[in-house]
Amino acid sequence: MNLLNTIIVGLKEVWAHKFRSLLTMLGIILGVASLVAMAAIIKGMENGMKEAMIAMGGADKVLLQDQDVPPYQEHLADEAPGRTMTDVNALKHSATLLPLISPEMAVSGVTLTYGAKAVNPSECVGVWPAVIDMNLHTLEYGRFFTDLDEEYANPVCVIGTGIRDDLFGAPEDVGHEIVPIGEMIHINGQPFTIVGMFAHYESEKEKREEALEKARGPQKLSGPARRRGWGKRGGWAFWRKNYTVYMPLNTAWVRFRSAAGTNNMPDPHLTDIDIKVAGMDELEPALQQARNILMLTHHTIQDFNFQTQENRLDSINQQIRNARLSGGIIAAISLLVGGIGIMNIMLASINERIREIGICKAVGATGLAVFTQILIESVVIALVGAGLGVGASYGLVGLLESITPSANVPVITRLALIVAVAFSAAVGIVAGLFPAFKAARLNPIEALRYE
Amino acid sequence: MALVELRNVTKIYHLGGEEIRALDGVSLDIQAGEFISIIGPSGSGKSTLMHILGCLDSPTGGTIQLDGVMIQDASPRQLAAIRNRKIGFVFQFFNLLPKLNVLQNVELPMIYSGVSGKERRQRAMKALEAVDLSNRSKHRPSQLSGGQQQRVAIARALVNDPRIIFADEPTGNLDSHTGEAILALFRKLSTEGRTIVLVTHDPEIAAVTPRRIEIRDGKIADKVDERLAGLDRPLPTAPAAATV
Ligand SMILES: Nc1ncnc2c1ncn2[C@@H]1O[C@H](COP(=O)(O)OP(=O)(O)O)[C@@H](O)[C@H]1O
Ligand SMILES: [Mg+2]
Repeated sequence: MNLLNTIIVGLKEVWAHKFRSLLTMLGIILGVASLVAMAAIIKGMENGMKEAMIAMGGADKVLLQDQDVPPYQEHLADEAPGRTMTDVNALKHSATLLPLISPEMAVSGVTLTYGAKAVNPSECVGVWPAVIDMNLHTLEYGRFFTDLDEEYANPVCVIGTGIRDDLFGAPEDVGHEIVPIGEMIHINGQPFTIVGMFAHYESEKEKREEALEKARGPQKLSGPARRRGWGKRGGWAFWRKNYTVYMPLNTAWVRFRSAAGTNNMPDPHLTDIDIKVAGMDELEPALQQARNILMLTHHTIQDFNFQTQENRLDSINQQIRNARLSGGIIAAISLLVGGIGIMNIMLASINERIREIGICKAVGATGLAVFTQILIESVVIALVGAGLGVGASYGLVGLLESITPSANVPVITRLALIVAVAFSAAVGIVAGLFPAFKAARLNPIEALRYE
Repeated sequence: MALVELRNVTKIYHLGGEEIRALDGVSLDIQAGEFISIIGPSGSGKSTLMHILGCLDSPTGGTIQLDGVMIQDASPRQLAAIRNRKIGFVFQFFNLLPKLNVLQNVELPMIYSGVSGKERRQRAMKALEAVDLSNRSKHRPSQLSGGQQQRVAIARALVNDPRIIFADEPTGNLDSHTGEAILALFRKLSTEGRTIVLVTHDPEIAAVTPRRIEIRDGKIADKVDERLAGLDRPLPTAPAAATV
């Protein structure tokens, strides 16, 4: 029997009992919608995390972090030196497998002022020029710090575009790019000269949006002008980067730290020591080398550890796997329930149609023809449900997007759609098997006599 | 060789431990082109015989040869094919599909024999013309009178050009006037050379068929009851065109 015909008959059967079919399909609709939406959210999460990770530095970046001393060194806790320039210098001289070492000394509670305008940076840090390669910065305007700036602790700084936007005006507001090189600003009341400015960092999505806006041509702005960076979705890592202020490490030490530690004691601790290894294959030996050197400078007190991006990637992947698993289980349960609904309705439907089935058999329908007819009807219900579910998932994702605009953009993947539809079809087949088998085995005479 | 040969066919039903011999050693030959009526009291086994002849049911014992095929040991699949191509069955209660229109109902057997859509439509229309209903092809069965529905059923039985047509009390559910028209249609088909077996307990119908078989208690009676077979009355005139 003609397949197309059978499908059309199946669709008619669905249409003839619209409400009943809709109720039957509800499980499938919910299952498909939750599966696709869940996958979209997870994909968005994944994209956001990966993008942020890249914005924070590449995969070969390793953070040297403080940690509590292990229990067997508890009595030495007071002697723990923490991360200082001693470590940095030792590593720089002796760790041959570490091409890049970037110490950071953060100044906390910072306000930048320019005239009457003020801004709080995401971070105000004393750094070495190594930070550019370490944190993957692009210096677009001016220069970075020289050895003399470091040596003399010169009051110079390099800023991100976010700082410029707030103190001097954003290109969106003033219509052109302001480059405030040579301007003097105050950092916590101390005068600093801006010597350089980074490029504007943005996510792929923001780039696309901007290109689109440009292609649309100039638009009349209604309402307040939109800010770049913060507030736009997926932008946390980029916002942080755009609101950075760097000064020479020595400047941070001399001008902010040496006079104002706890109990007026200068605080020599670094807030970060980032290192980069020569290659990922050399990660293990490089870390071992660094550990050996630091064991010397720390007098064998293990108050430090290494965090690799690989660890972070692993934990991101683990989170994503977990989210996928729980989402998948929820969707599978709804699809299972949907399948039971379909089987139920198909059984009811063949009971209603026993006489019709008998007539078809009397004029020559084989058991196989009846079997495929019922099976295809079942699959048609499942697939129509899946279609509605896919529609619902787009609605759901749109809704999510509009109520949480700052979260990661959910991305509906083709794979999720294919899996959801294939799974629904499978559910339809499995649910239809038993009713189809029952209908195919009907004896024509008994079926015809059935009232 | 006869078109149909029954040898010692039995059909036994079991109802709560009791054995009902619906057919009890029936032997019968039907030649191609014959027009036969089967008569007998209610419950004598006429329908059972028709169902077995029509490959809708299988016998408990005996052999049946239909158009050269031994059907008592055919598979369900083969039986379906025989029902589809070699047999046309007309029921007392028409048995049309209510959701399909007249044309689609007539097309149904051809769907199972894999005839293409265009040819299906042409042949169905031809069959409807033969029963004089081509102007009702788009109607639903429920929009037709009983006689018209039975003519649709006959068109459906004819459409695959079967070797033999079985009709189980085709007029049993119709008033006598309409019944006569249906009978006239069968007579016309018979004169066109079709092989027809029909069950009736209307003596007037039995009277027009050249051959009559009477069934009593599941057995073929040696001598036909003259009154039941309508032999006590004059033969009706030649068949008129059927209009219902
Ligand atoms: N499915 C069945 N189960 C049990 N007995 C049956 C069944 N079908 C028919 N019979 C019995 O077989 C006998 C013949 O029935 P049937 O062929 O329908 O008679 P007719 O058509 O001549 O009136 C009856 O006694 C009937 O009760
Ligand atoms: Mg009967």
